[in-house]
Amino acid sequence: MYDVAIIGAGIVGASVARELSRYDLKVCLIEKENDVSEGATKANSAIVHAGYDPEEGTDMARLNVRGCHLTEVYTKELDVPYKKIGSLVVAFSEEEMEHVEMLFHRGNANGVPDQKILNREELLKMEPNIGDTAVGALYSPSAGIVGPWEFTIATTENAVVNGVELLLDTEVVDIKKEGDIFTIYTDNAELDPIQTKYIVNAAGIYSDAIMNMVGEQEFKIRPRRGQYFVLDKSQGELAHHVIFQCPTALGKGILVSPTVHGNLLVGPDAEDNVERDEIGTTKERMDYIRETADKSIKGINYRESIRNFAGLRAQSDRNDFIIEESKSVKGLVNLAGIKSPGLTSAPAIAEDAAEILKNIGLEMKKKEDFNPSRRQTHFMSLSPEEKAAKIKEDPKFGRIICRCENITEGEIVEAIHRPVGALTVDGIKRRVRPGMGRCQGGFCGPRVLEIISRELDLPLEDVMQDKNGSYILVGETKNRGEE
Amino acid sequence: MMYDLIVIGGGPAGLSAAYEAYNRGIEKILILERDKELGGILNQCIHNGFGVHSFKEELTGPEYAGRYIEMLNSTHVDHKLDTMVLSISNGRDVKHVEAINTEEGYLSLETRAIILAMGCRERTRGAIQIPGERPSGVFTAGTAQRYVNMEGYMVGKKVVILGSGDIGLIMARRMTLEGAEVKACVELMPYSNGLNRNIVQCLDDYDIPLLLAHTITEIKGKQRLEAVVIQKVDENRNPIPGTEQTLECDTLLLSVGLIPENEITKNAGIALDRRTSGPIVNEAMETNVKGIFACGNVVHVHDLVDFVSEEGQKAGRSAAKFIKNELKEGQDVTEIKNGDRVNYTVPQQIRLENIMESQEIMFRVSNVFKDVNITVRNHEGELIKKLRRPVVAPGEMEKIKLTRADLEKANGLLTIALEEVI
Repeated sequence: MYDVAIIGAGIVGASVARELSRYDLKVCLIEKENDVSEGATKANSAIVHAGYDPEEGTDMARLNVRGCHLTEVYTKELDVPYKKIGSLVVAFSEEEMEHVEMLFHRGNANGVPDQKILNREELLKMEPNIGDTAVGALYSPSAGIVGPWEFTIATTENAVVNGVELLLDTEVVDIKKEGDIFTIYTDNAELDPIQTKYIVNAAGIYSDAIMNMVGEQEFKIRPRRGQYFVLDKSQGELAHHVIFQCPTALGKGILVSPTVHGNLLVGPDAEDNVERDEIGTTKERMDYIRETADKSIKGINYRESIRNFAGLRAQSDRNDFIIEESKSVKGLVNLAGIKSPGLTSAPAIAEDAAEILKNIGLEMKKKEDFNPSRRQTHFMSLSPEEKAAKIKEDPKFGRIICRCENITEGEIVEAIHRPVGALTVDGIKRRVRPGMGRCQGGFCGPRVLEIISRELDLPLEDVMQDKNGSYILVGETKNRGEE
Repeated sequence: MMYDLIVIGGGPAGLSAAYEAYNRGIEKILILERDKELGGILNQCIHNGFGVHSFKEELTGPEYAGRYIEMLNSTHVDHKLDTMVLSISNGRDVKHVEAINTEEGYLSLETRAIILAMGCRERTRGAIQIPGERPSGVFTAGTAQRYVNMEGYMVGKKVVILGSGDIGLIMARRMTLEGAEVKACVELMPYSNGLNRNIVQCLDDYDIPLLLAHTITEIKGKQRLEAVVIQKVDENRNPIPGTEQTLECDTLLLSVGLIPENEITKNAGIALDRRTSGPIVNEAMETNVKGIFACGNVVHVHDLVDFVSEEGQKAGRSAAKFIKNELKEGQDVTEIKNGDRVNYTVPQQIRLENIMESQEIMFRVSNVFKDVNITVRNHEGELIKKLRRPVVAPGEMEKIKLTRADLEKANGLLTIALEEVI
C-alpha cells in the first residue's frame, strides 16, 4: 500500500515525487513510457519565465515567481544546466510599448524582481541583432533557460535515491476507489494493481482522461501544438537573452532564445484543434515561425537548422492552472492544465501539492536523511589535469563517442547505470547529449547503440531509438549470418 | 617530443598527405585517428570502383585504404588510433594539439606544422527540414552503410531513398542485395548528382525508379517510420499541390549532401569559406594560419577518392616545404573569385612566388549547362583563358590548369565563370 501514487513523470510529477521524498512516505511515480520526461516536458521552449505574464492573483502568477526562484536553487542542487540570462519582451510599435508597460506593472505586482523598461538604444546595446523595427522592451533579469529533460531526469533520480519507486512502461488503464483506498490498474503485466491512499494526477495532456476514470468530468484538456527550430551552435550567439515579442491571445508568441548548450531555439507557434498524438511538424507553420522570428532577430541562417520538433501544451478549459483536490473524488489531487509557465512553476506546484495532501489528511513527517544533492560527470568542462586523472581512473573517459558535443564513453556508461538510467538511444541523448549536435547521431548513433547493448546485455535489435516500437535495426545481414 | 608534422585524420586525405611529406624528407610525422583503424570512411565502402585514376585498377574502399596503409608501414610515420583531437592552437614557433585516448589519457602535443584532414559529415533531416512526425527509421545513407557493412545489421526492409548522390545510389543496390525492397530514389533536382555509372549499376540494373524533380514533404510514423509522402516540384523546387503520393516504407535513407567537418578549424580561428564550408586555402593548401594546411573533404567535398589522395599529396608536399623553410610567404597574392554560374573554387588564393610552372584550380558549377565556355578573366576583365565544354554539372568537379604566364596576367584577381558560347 502506497501513501501516494503520482501519475505522470513529466516535470510536474517528478517535482512532486522529489518534494514528497523529503517526508517519511511510501510513494510511487507511474509513467506509461519507457523513460521520464516524454510528454510536454520533452518539447517546449525550455524557458524559466520571470512571472510578469500571468494576471495578478492567479495561481499561475504566484507559482511562476516562486518557481523561477526554486528552479535556480534546485538546478544547483541537482547539477542541471541552467542559465539566468534574463528575458526581453520586445515592442515593435508605440502601441506595443504600452503593453510592455502594462507587463512591467503586472510583473511588479506579481513580485518579479529588478525589472526594467528599455528604450531602443539600451535594447540595441544588449542585443545587437535585434530587429530594425524594435522600439523598446521589458527586461526581466530573473528569467532564464534550463535543460527541461535534464531537470526532470535529475529530479526523478534524486526522488528515487530518496526512496520513491519509479514504475516505467506502466500505463494507467483504470482506477477504482473503495472506502479510502484507490486501486490503480495498469497495462504492466508484471505488476499487481497498485493500492494507494492518495493519487496525484500529473498526467499532462491525459490528465482529464485520468480524472474521468475515477470521477466526474471536472475539466477538459485541449492540446495546443507548438513547433520549433533548433539551430546549430554557429547561430547561438545571435541572441543573448530570451527574446519574446508582445504576447497575443494565443500565447507568448514566437521567441528566439539561446539554449543552455549554446544552440539557438526559435518557436513556438500555437495551434488548437490537434489530436493528442499529433506531434508532427508542418511546412506552413515552420515557414510562419521563420518569418515571424525575423522581426525579432536579424540574420538567423536556417541552413544551420539541425532539428525541428513539435510539442503539445496541456491547455485546459480553465484560464488558470488546476491545482486542487478533485471535487468529485476525495484523495485525488489534480495538477492539470499545466501550460506555460508550467516548466518554471513545477517546483512550486510540487510545494502546493504537498500542502494540499497535508491539508486533506496525509501525515507528513520530514525525513532526517533526505539527500538533496546529485552530481554527474561533465568531462569537457574539466581542466586538462582533471581530464587526465579521470581517464586514469576509467579509460572509457578517454574515448570520445560523440564528436559534435565531445561526449566520452565514460559519460554514456555512467548515464546507463545511474538510478534512473538510460535504456534507449534518445534516453542517452537527453542525459548526456550524444546525437544532440549537428550530425544528429549520424556518427555516434551506431556506437551508442553498441554501448547500450553491451551494458544492458540486450540484443542490438532490441535497443530502441526512443519509445517502445521505435526499433533501429531489423536483423543481421546475409554475410553476417553466414559467418 | 616535438613533431615536425601532425596530421589530423587517418582517412585517404591524411594518409596520402603523411606519405608525401615523409617522401619529401620529413621524419617526425604523427597521424591522429579517432577511429579504431586507419582508412576513414573507406572502411565502410566495400563496393569497388576506387582507384581507377591512382592505381589504374578497380579496388574496394578497404583495399584502396590498404594500399596507403601498406605504403606507410614502410616509413617511420607514426600514428595513434582511437584518439580524438580536442583542439589545436597556434603559438609563435610551435603549434599545439590537445587530444585524448584511452591508453595515454590526455595528450598535449607540439608540432611545427599541422595538416587538417578530418573529412566531412552528412546533412541530416534537420538540416533540410522535412516536415512530419519523428519516428525511428530515418537514417543518413552513410550511417546506414556503416550499420550494414561494418556492424553487419540491416536497418529496414522497405526503403525509400531521398537524394541521388553516390552514397544513396550505392546504398540502393546494397539494400536490394540484402533482400530489402527499395521503392524509389527521390531526387529534388531535375538531374542526379551521382556518377552516371552508379545510376546504371545501382538503380537501372535493379529496376529501382529514379524520381527526378520530386521531394519528400511529410514523414509519417509514431514509433517506427510507416510512410513518406512524395511530391513533384516545380522549376523553383516548390512542391506542386495535387501531386502527393504516399509510399509505405519502414526506412528512409537520406543522401542529401555532405558538409566539411571544421569544428576544430573554426575553434582555432582559421578562416572558412561560406561556400565550401571548408577553410580558405592557397596554392599550397595552406589555411590563413601559416603552417596549418588542409586537404580532402575537410576543404571541399570531392567526387572521387583519387582526387582526395591527390589533394593530400599536395598538402603533404607543401607542409614539407614549410617545415624546411622553402615555402614563400608571398607578397603577390591573387584572389580567385566565383564568377557567373560558379559556386566555389579551390584554392581561393594563389601566391605567385610559389608557382613553378602551373596551378590547377578546382571548381563547381551551379547547375547543368550544355555547350558553355569556362572563362578565366583578370582584374581588368580581360580574358586569360577559355575552355569550351559540351556539358557541365554540379555533380562533377571541374578543373582548369593555369600556367605561370597566365597567372602573371591576373593583376591580383582572377574570375572564373561560365559564359555562353557566342
